[in-house]
Amino acid sequence: MMRRLSAFNLAALCAGLAFLYLPIVILIVYSFNASRLVAVWGGWSTHWYAELINDTPLLAAAFVSLRVAAIAASAATVLGTLAAVALTRFGRFRGRLSFASMIYAPLVMPEVITGLSMLLLFVAVSIDRGFWTLVVAHTTMAMCFVTVIVQSRLVDFDVSLEEAAMDLGAPPARTFLSVTLPLILPAVAASWMLAFALSLDDLVIASFTTGPGATTLPIRIYSEVRLGVSPEMNAVCSLMVGVVGVAVIAASLLTKLGAARGAPARV
Amino acid sequence: MKSTQRSWLAKLVVGVPYAWLIAFFFVPFLIVVKISLSQTAIAQPPYTPVLDLSAGWGGIVGFFAGLSFDNYVFLGSDPLYVLSYGKSVEIAALSTAMLLVIGYPIAYAMTRAPRRLQPVLLLLVILPFWTAFLIRIYAWINILQHDGPLNQLLLALHLVGEPPVWLSTNTAVYIGIVYSYLPFMVLPLYATLEKLDESLLEAAADLGCPRWRAFWLVTLPLSAPGVVAGALLCFIPAVGEFVIPDLLGGSRTAMIGQTIWTEFFANKDWPTASAVAVVLVCLLVTPIVVFQHQTMRSAEQGR
Repeated sequence: MMRRLSAFNLAALCAGLAFLYLPIVILIVYSFNASRLVAVWGGWSTHWYAELINDTPLLAAAFVSLRVAAIAASAATVLGTLAAVALTRFGRFRGRLSFASMIYAPLVMPEVITGLSMLLLFVAVSIDRGFWTLVVAHTTMAMCFVTVIVQSRLVDFDVSLEEAAMDLGAPPARTFLSVTLPLILPAVAASWMLAFALSLDDLVIASFTTGPGATTLPIRIYSEVRLGVSPEMNAVCSLMVGVVGVAVIAASLLTKLGAARGAPARV
Repeated sequence: MKSTQRSWLAKLVVGVPYAWLIAFFFVPFLIVVKISLSQTAIAQPPYTPVLDLSAGWGGIVGFFAGLSFDNYVFLGSDPLYVLSYGKSVEIAALSTAMLLVIGYPIAYAMTRAPRRLQPVLLLLVILPFWTAFLIRIYAWINILQHDGPLNQLLLALHLVGEPPVWLSTNTAVYIGIVYSYLPFMVLPLYATLEKLDESLLEAAADLGCPRWRAFWLVTLPLSAPGVVAGALLCFIPAVGEFVIPDLLGGSRTAMIGQTIWTEFFANKDWPTASAVAVVLVCLLVTPIVVFQHQTMRSAEQGR
């Protein structure tokens, strides 16, 4: 069969990508609009970006978000990778089904429910909500995504390499550290970045689980956006698109690198 | 790893994430169920009864005696909640249908593209999925507002005489959901279509089957797992969606995610918010179980 795009397929691709990207492009273009009014194009300007530096609450919120995302992503990567190893290498252990269910359910669970249930847990054990409750909530949400990504890497991985190491007398822990981990490292790094992006982006779970003193960037943006569009918000959002975009492209390059390096030697 | 070699280390590998999920995913859910059976109270925490283990057996008995189904009776009797559930399911189902119609041609076209272009296309579809959800909705407020680019374009093309109102309408909610969830639909569809054995289509062509019929009789049925996965991945979270209807939708009928949010943050009625959440999970339990089953199967087969 010929690998050539028919006119219809080409149109579908172009329209689909335009639909996905045009709104973001418009947002970025407007962030450089010198005029405060959307309807008026006042020429190119970086004025709104310069304004941001004086917006102390916004910068503080961004700093909280970055710290939460870094800690939560790290914890989620460790927990998620352990879970992935358990699911792919331990066969059918007792409680595997409920374990797997708890991994896959949070992927689709509406965030309002996850957020509400987390909050009620913290209230029930009377822990004050704030920075650390937020970290715990984001770790739980993100670890399931990590598990799915690392698991897919572990599944199409050449198990004979691990078997060889163990036949040569390496204990399981040693095998994992010197054979398995280096091979899945790109996937692990990629999932860290994706967990970071997820945490940085979350509004709903954060609103439920955070407390005074730990306002995150999305919470801040949300409270401003409810009042309407402003050029400062266009600038903040464009910056966030830039940061997350770079992280995701880096993550996907890493995964590709990993796929090329650790591909099972099928003859 | 052989089971004979399973040491305390192996137990730790399973045990730590398992314990974490039980503590922070499963137990919280039990607490939601428990609070949905409680009454609102002007206290901290704002519900009663509170389990008081220091009172011994009497405390436990008193705790269970204090639970009631009043909140559920209240939900059923107030049309506000029933309408909210109805609207959420309707919007989620219609959006999922639209997503299928829009997403299928895109996923199909991706598999037809030259092999070396496919990773790039895949990345282009994934990228917006990770790019700040809130911001992508915000971008649409920019576009849809009264004097925004969409209305300017429509006016310039003389398609409308008066600028139409987009924000605070159901149309805006559909646009928002379709826009945000499109990658969730395209990715599973692409994954199944990509694995499709092309010799089947060649065989159909050799036997004189026209291409559209081959698509209908071969491609479409074989892509069913992708269709189901994509539809569930969009439908389940869309039912509970909060941000999109809140920022783009009208205030007349709230979707159920907004109802939980209002009960909790504005009305401070935690037991009712919990009951609304429990009913929502009951509505979604069948699609969630089907989704888990499929994910588990595909995860174990590898891609």
